[in-house]
Amino acid sequence: MQWETVIGLEVHVQLATHSKIFSGASTAFGAEPNSQACAVDLGLPGVLPVLNEQAVAMAVQFGLAVHADIPEVSVFDRKNYFYPDLPKGYQTSQMYHPIVGPGEVEITLDDDTTKQIRIHHAHLEEDAGKSLHEDFHGMTGIDLNRAGTPLLEIVSEPDMRSAKEAAAYLKAIHSIVTYLGISDGNMAEGSMRCDVNVSVRPKGQEAFGTRAEIKNVNSFRFVEKAIAFEVERQIELIEDGGKVIQETRLFDPERDETRSMRTKEEANDYRYFPCPDLLPVVLDQAYLDHLRSQLPELPAEKRERFQQALGLSAYDASVLSASRDMAEYFEEVHHVCGDVKQAANWVQGELSGALNRESLSIADSPVSAVQLGELVQRVLDDTINGKAAKQVFQALWHGEGASADAIIEAKGLKQVTDTGAIETMIDQVIADSPAQVAQYRDAEPEKRGKMIGYFVGQVMKASRGTANPQQVNGLLKDKLDALL
Amino acid sequence: MHDKTLTELAQALDSGELSSRELTDHYLQRIEQADASLNSFITVTAEQARAQADAADQARANGNAGWLTGLPLALKDIFCTQGVKTSCGSRMLDNFTAPYDATVVEKFKAAGTVSLGKTNMDEFAMGSSNENSYYGPVKNPWDLSAVPGGSSGGSAAAVAAGLTPAALGTDTGGSIRQPAAFCGITGLKPTYGRVSRYGMIAYASSLDQAGPMARSASDCAHLLNVMAGHDVRDSTSVARGVPDYAETLNAPLSGLKIGLPKEYFGDGLDPEVEKAIREAVSVYESLGATVRDVSLPHTHYAIPAYYVIAPAEASSNLSRFDGVRFGHRCENPSDLIDLYKRSRAEGFGEEVQRRILIGTHTLSEGFFDAYYTKAQKVRRLIRQDFLDAFEDVDVLMGPASPTPAFDLGAKKDPVSMYLQDIYTIAVNLAGIPGISVPAGFVGRRPVGLQILGTHFAEAQLLNVAHQFQQATDWHLQRPATAEESV
Repeated sequence: MQWETVIGLEVHVQLATHSKIFSGASTAFGAEPNSQACAVDLGLPGVLPVLNEQAVAMAVQFGLAVHADIPEVSVFDRKNYFYPDLPKGYQTSQMYHPIVGPGEVEITLDDDTTKQIRIHHAHLEEDAGKSLHEDFHGMTGIDLNRAGTPLLEIVSEPDMRSAKEAAAYLKAIHSIVTYLGISDGNMAEGSMRCDVNVSVRPKGQEAFGTRAEIKNVNSFRFVEKAIAFEVERQIELIEDGGKVIQETRLFDPERDETRSMRTKEEANDYRYFPCPDLLPVVLDQAYLDHLRSQLPELPAEKRERFQQALGLSAYDASVLSASRDMAEYFEEVHHVCGDVKQAANWVQGELSGALNRESLSIADSPVSAVQLGELVQRVLDDTINGKAAKQVFQALWHGEGASADAIIEAKGLKQVTDTGAIETMIDQVIADSPAQVAQYRDAEPEKRGKMIGYFVGQVMKASRGTANPQQVNGLLKDKLDALL
Repeated sequence: MHDKTLTELAQALDSGELSSRELTDHYLQRIEQADASLNSFITVTAEQARAQADAADQARANGNAGWLTGLPLALKDIFCTQGVKTSCGSRMLDNFTAPYDATVVEKFKAAGTVSLGKTNMDEFAMGSSNENSYYGPVKNPWDLSAVPGGSSGGSAAAVAAGLTPAALGTDTGGSIRQPAAFCGITGLKPTYGRVSRYGMIAYASSLDQAGPMARSASDCAHLLNVMAGHDVRDSTSVARGVPDYAETLNAPLSGLKIGLPKEYFGDGLDPEVEKAIREAVSVYESLGATVRDVSLPHTHYAIPAYYVIAPAEASSNLSRFDGVRFGHRCENPSDLIDLYKRSRAEGFGEEVQRRILIGTHTLSEGFFDAYYTKAQKVRRLIRQDFLDAFEDVDVLMGPASPTPAFDLGAKKDPVSMYLQDIYTIAVNLAGIPGISVPAGFVGRRPVGLQILGTHFAEAQLLNVAHQFQQATDWHLQRPATAEESV
């Protein structure tokens, strides 16, 4: 039987507000346990929440970026359950009237085709604290620094049909939230986590199969692996005559498998009801217009512009717009050097290679966009040749000079284009290579083209790499042919 | 000196006839003498009170005294007070010292008042008799065999017995007005949102409201002047200007239109209470008011709606008392579930557990719409009843409670206790203000006249109550019982 996979994602994005969603405590990562939890975060008797307006603005910006309906009124609800790292015994969330309504995200697949994934809604909620089970000798330590950190939970429709599509969707969300600057998108620190809903159905069948929810997957790679495992598990189960049960599962990245956490029967009844301590959030048109006017150019628009206005290929446009940092870097290199093709090649080639080797993000690149742009400029104006340019790049990378020009100067890499100087070097090489000259002269005319390489190499060596290779090639051919 | 109103005491302080320290020492002494029989205080903060009194006298000497500077007050033990035990009448918080002051506590500190201590109350403000306190029942100073009402029973009894000139209470379904009525004092529940709830331990967040309890409407006006106003820490407090409530106390009542809701004079109303209320209304007629009958047709749904909404909110509000971070924690829990179960079973009393169970049930999947959603619809109808009535009349009047104070231990069945609040509970559901003023006696036990106004009509209610107190002396009566024990 042919099977079809159906995937929906719930992505939790930690918003980059300075303070928590309902209190003034800091949200900075990595502080001493419980040093960033105030009376409100601790859920002390008598305290009340006050909504952080920045969190609202960020959620709305996301909604606008995915062309979502933004309802005039949204409401916070309480999700009630007991857990030691949930200080109030309820999580303040939005169940019935979320801040962001239905929207749409475009994803780009490996073959450059695009697909629209519908967003069901996105809602604001507070994060819980952390339970630490190690180092407490049979007890559990509670760190409430994270309690009250604002999260935007983005819930997709079940529109994805493969692990690759799910990963592309997650990347698209990542790129939108980082473009907007509403999250640092740091998955390792938990700024983006997702729950994956997976089911399978016979191809052509309309009704969905029973789904399993895989909780807390925190990397693009794990999303693909978790789905791949889960799809295989479900298909095998059904083909062996079994039934998929609705349950929550956990992905184990050590073994690349998912394991059952709890079934639907064991699920909590969260007893949602509107939080009486918070007023409904009412957003007027002027507020939405203001936020819309503040939106930066988004990845899809940028990709479009890179193709249409700059003439980049779909692939290049997609790579160079993948993150706001990447796009801004590329645009700066382009701005400084003035050549789209060269700028694109250098950013995707030499620079990305070096960043990957050292696992650095482009924001941490030791070579600035201006430095790279100036370097490319020197290639374009023939000050240096391509080989020397790579040397200059390495020197910039290792901080051996402040600019391409300074390094070219210091290392004497300036390209020799003076015909007289090159001719002198050629004459010397010809004079020093009588045997090779004789071979050249005696060779079949069609084989001479290859043989010229030896002479070019010698001249370049004599110039310490600074001679213009095209010039050397032309002049050599003329001189050698004159000897025939 | 303990027979005087705040207004009289403020004058005495101002003229130098009395110092705050003398006044404070006097009340502390009275508490020491009389409270063994009344049990109106959970905590007496004598040392802090004397220090605050000395500071107030110093401020006055320096010319920095406001109207309330140096006047003693008592706080219901539901308000968080920094460094002072804040128990909410519960074993759960018997070991809890609040690390911060509630907004209203902060405001009174800033106004220079002296806090005598924390008053007894029904556990987590759940009750109408003050018999649900971990610290034992409070007795009614007019008759020690009677309850003082609840949940602000300690505050009401302490004011009535002259152990403090005034106190703060909270009112979720009648918890200021009913004990004020039972103890023969004046108690105001302001409009929901008029006074900050920050630092007031939540029972039912959409209904809770703090208010003043004192000997006269005039005293309440001065206290409300301090309490009222927007608080950035409470999103449900209303950003609306605060008038000077004392300024309009003497406005004449001629032309005042009074409505008598027929539902407040029906079955279950004690005939002697009714007689006292009708006589009070006739006093208003003599002051130039006109009276007509009105109807609040959804009144009989108020108690059922309240006992869905309030327990639902309470079940969630009280989840934080889990034995993990503060409050009572059971001995040697075997695991997490055991820790939760025993800490909560040991820490909460019977009525609190009952309401948590009711609320948990009504919010459960499959029941939510039938109970909670329906109750919210009823709540809107009840609110509309009042708004419709206020189209025709300025204020509504009726009894604060169907009976005078009942005997301690008389109401064993929870539902008969819930029915006590039949005239007060709808007011919280509608969010409007209400005041109870002394209006006579049945035997030795006081009767309270309840006056209701539309949203933010506190100035009018205080004016209407004050004019009654200018024409009558019910509020000046003093219980003999309390004096015998001093």
